[in-house]
Amino acid sequence: MEWIEFPSLSRETLRDIRVTLDDGFKEFTRAYGETLEAMLEPLKIFLIWLEDLLISSPWIIILAVIVAAVYAGSRNWKIALGTFLALVAIGIFGMWEDTMRTIAMVTVCTITAIVLGIPIGIAMSRSDRLQAIITPILDLMQTMPSFVYLIPVVMIFGLGKVPGVIAVVIYAIPPMIRLTNLGIRLVDKDVLEAADAFGSSNWQKLKDVQLPLALPTIMAGINQCIMMSLAMVVVASMIGVRGLGQPVLQAINNQYFTLGVMNGLAIVAIAIIFDRASQAYGKRLQKHSEVIHG
Amino acid sequence: MASDGIEIRNLYKIFGPKGEDYVDLVKGGMSKAALNEQHGHVLGLNDINIFMPGGKITVVMGLSGSGKSTLIRHINRLIDPTAGEVIYQGNDVCKMSDAELQDFRRHKTAMVFQKFALLPHRTVLKNTVYGLEVQGVDKDEAEQRARKWITRVGLEGFEDHYPNQLSGGMQQRVGLARALTNDADILLMDEAFSALDPLIRMDMQTVLLDIQEELEKTIVFITHDLDEALRLGDHIAILRDGAVIQQGSGQDIVLNPADAYITDFVKDVNRGRVIEVDTIMTKKEPPKDALIISSGAMLEDAAKKLSEAGAVNAKIVDGTGKLLGSITIQDTISAMVTPATH
Repeated sequence: MEWIEFPSLSRETLRDIRVTLDDGFKEFTRAYGETLEAMLEPLKIFLIWLEDLLISSPWIIILAVIVAAVYAGSRNWKIALGTFLALVAIGIFGMWEDTMRTIAMVTVCTITAIVLGIPIGIAMSRSDRLQAIITPILDLMQTMPSFVYLIPVVMIFGLGKVPGVIAVVIYAIPPMIRLTNLGIRLVDKDVLEAADAFGSSNWQKLKDVQLPLALPTIMAGINQCIMMSLAMVVVASMIGVRGLGQPVLQAINNQYFTLGVMNGLAIVAIAIIFDRASQAYGKRLQKHSEVIHG
Repeated sequence: MASDGIEIRNLYKIFGPKGEDYVDLVKGGMSKAALNEQHGHVLGLNDINIFMPGGKITVVMGLSGSGKSTLIRHINRLIDPTAGEVIYQGNDVCKMSDAELQDFRRHKTAMVFQKFALLPHRTVLKNTVYGLEVQGVDKDEAEQRARKWITRVGLEGFEDHYPNQLSGGMQQRVGLARALTNDADILLMDEAFSALDPLIRMDMQTVLLDIQEELEKTIVFITHDLDEALRLGDHIAILRDGAVIQQGSGQDIVLNPADAYITDFVKDVNRGRVIEVDTIMTKKEPPKDALIISSGAMLEDAAKKLSEAGAVNAKIVDGTGKLLGSITIQDTISAMVTPATH
């Protein structure tokens, strides 16, 4: 028998380990929960302000602003027209308000991921040791089932918008960091040498050479980050984030097929709008690489 | 504008994690192959001593792997030496602090690269102002100075083009304009014209010589092409396996090659373009009707003048018209075709 069953720790020991860790974490939550919550208060205020702005402004203005922003970024009337039609359809099928909440949420999450992710990516690109430390953490963040890290987040912050943002950012920030790091590391060594030869400081090299040349890769990171934020809205709705995820969750629980499909399609529509607009914008920034000497 | 010379003294570079430990072995005569075999370190430069005169073009020549690109990177310390000194205006570049080095690179040197190394996301104008931008020069002034050099290298009208809209030759003109706009005393050119096709290369050499006549910068030019070295170099140093095997004027090297390796190198050289009339002239009194040729002229030009005039004799005079010696067309032609023994 002894070779059939794995010699695991006894039930009592395992229970003790769990209880100790759980109690420890609860202790931590009680001690620091409020401080952490206070630290993230500005994020909450910004998210609520943006959500209110999108919902309480007349829909026609919001529609015009979004379509204009998409056109300004992409300079492509097809993408702008697609955006217009998609938003009108969303409005007609009664999903306008939820869509606005989701857009506000994704915007805040993406901005947070960019603000945190780009500096971390830059730091990582400058030190091989830091890269060796951060890479497994990013692997963990991307593969750990999101429900698992929802537990401590909810324990500290409770239900609501801020834990939602944290959960989404944990899931969406890895590609931002990875691609910033990769983009900077791939910058042509010859060009960097030239920058050195002219006596550039580290900051001048970063700002005038490394970041501009890494921009296409960084833009791909931002694009991935937006897509992954949208993918997380349903999971985030489980901890009380309102928006398009909530009706989907409701549809799962009650087997409302049509409700699920409609809201799912609305998420897809927003994803495509964000994706095409951000990619077209990224491409436009790279106009120097388009015309090749024949 | 007079520029100062650069003196390289006892410079060694050993690539590998513990380069310093092996300097003494190399000083004791260990060869590049032995160092690599016994200690796994690569000897990059071996006891380099070169004086690069101010306001002149010094060419460092060698085949690939000879250490010439490593050497030029020691002058602005893109590579740190293992031992030795690089003296400019009394200061050792190798001992400068980071801040001093940054200042030295900004104000005293400019560099042109084999693969151009332009900033692909910037236009020609914005590439050209890069050095001044790094120095913190006001934008309008920087662009004004850049435009002058863009015109000088023949790129007027291309200011707003991106590098990949230009041909290789034009891209290297941008590289040259970027370096010249910096207005530094030292111009480092690392195989600057090697990536260009022969006609464009000749063209760029002419541009460089024209500009040098006016500016008299201290230019260090790296090449693997002997014809280019002889055309451009006031002073030529030949490198092999990280060591200087001969240095001198182009004429010295062609006339007195130091070893079989260099003899082999120079045997196909057009001597008529390298040897000066002064080298072959004799003290023999020229006839009254002799042609006048000025000192420093190349044999090829002298032969051309003599044969065009149908003359046999020519007298060599210096700038003030003073008689220095004489040549005959036979002497001239035989010096062009056979190794001269004067």
